[in-house]
Amino acid sequence: MRITPSILPLTAEGLCFEARGVTILRGVDLVVQAGPPTVVLGPNGAGKSVLLRLLHGLLAPSSGRIAWAGPEAEARRRQTMVFQRPVMLRRSVLANAAYPMRVAGLPRLECRSRALEALRWVGLADMAGRSARRLSGGEQQRLALARAAALAPELLFLDEPTASLDPSATRAVEAIVADFAARGCKVVMTTHDLGQARRLAGDVAFLHGGRLLEHRPASDFFNTPASPEATAFLRGELLW
Amino acid sequence: MSDLAIAATTALRLVAHGDAGLLQIVGLSLRVSFAAVLAAALVGLPFGALLAVARFPGRGALVIMTNALMGLPPVVAGLLIYLLLSRSGPLGAFGLLFTPTAMVIAQAVLVAPILAALSRQMLEAMWDEYAEQLRSFRVSAWQAVPTLLWDGRLALLTVLLAGFGRASAEVGAVMIVGGNIDGFTRMMTTTIALETSKGDLPLALALGAVLMVIVLGVNAVAQAARGASARWAG
Repeated sequence: MRITPSILPLTAEGLCFEARGVTILRGVDLVVQAGPPTVVLGPNGAGKSVLLRLLHGLLAPSSGRIAWAGPEAEARRRQTMVFQRPVMLRRSVLANAAYPMRVAGLPRLECRSRALEALRWVGLADMAGRSARRLSGGEQQRLALARAAALAPELLFLDEPTASLDPSATRAVEAIVADFAARGCKVVMTTHDLGQARRLAGDVAFLHGGRLLEHRPASDFFNTPASPEATAFLRGELLW
Repeated sequence: MSDLAIAATTALRLVAHGDAGLLQIVGLSLRVSFAAVLAAALVGLPFGALLAVARFPGRGALVIMTNALMGLPPVVAGLLIYLLLSRSGPLGAFGLLFTPTAMVIAQAVLVAPILAALSRQMLEAMWDEYAEQLRSFRVSAWQAVPTLLWDGRLALLTVLLAGFGRASAEVGAVMIVGGNIDGFTRMMTTTIALETSKGDLPLALALGAVLMVIVLGVNAVAQAARGASARWAG
């Protein structure tokens, strides 16, 4: 049970992002509510990863603004992000899971027990003493999710979490993501995998060419896409 | 028997019998060089890591200066430390000139830029990989320094070795600030230089051999340690 007020909804207004003269996002307005996962969908190069990095604060928008329900510092503290290829520190699996809590200043013993609990949750507890960089790609992604879970975030950004994984590792990661959502953690994830979006999404934000063309409940989006681009994307046509 | 052969047999005998004078010189050399590398590491490694992580005005100049100082001639470093420590110098009151401490300081000054420049280079590559993830964890530059130093520990061992190589091999700086005083500040390298110029080759040869063995041994131990942990870390 959460006693502190939520950091959501997250409101983005007129987000634009340019890098080296190339416009990547053109005026994105998006409201992210608490609830089932929001999936940012779109073809490669649509600006999905950049949008996530802007929302998470890793990039600063060229124009536009991002607002949280509470103070920004508090919002940043209660969110985390898992990358497409997560960075594994040159340490043990357990030390990796505990690291973000350690730098946040939590006591060593608490970090250890929360890290172990998170590792058990993703099924990596028996590998706690191994070197994280020796894990397979799927195991590394599960470790990254455990590392995020140990922080008990209210909001989790996932950037293409299964893009470089095989089907069985993808299933495992999707199960963990669904579990995050079931525990009340808001998930915002990008994917270009339609099947994954259908399995996980509560609502879909469809990006194309740096514009947010649609943002609707998943069932509406998949049954009756409003834009021709989304219609073509759902038919499996190649868009760019 | 040729002079060289005689010198070599005498050298062997000195080593085999554990000649007291020889042991004393070897012991002092090791103590001074290890202390110098330790002192240089305490300053040079965090400085190198900070240069790898932080972005501030003047950083480029600092990087160039650190790289340039790697080539600081030992005699120049020795001269500067000499001026600092001499009776009339700013640190003269401590009476450190011609003591082992002065030699440690001189070698540390030579080694610190090497450790800083090499660790900066190596940790910057690691930072490229880590930066985004660590920023997501809201890790500050000050927190990133110990993270990088710990995660780079394997490669930093090689950096420390380069520093130890420099310290144990140099003559000029310790000669100037140590004074090569028999039984007090006489190092392997300074003794080799002195005995060679006196024509007393056996002791010089014996010390040369010991110096080689020590450098090889330290490298071998470090190599083994690196191999063992690399097998774990993958």
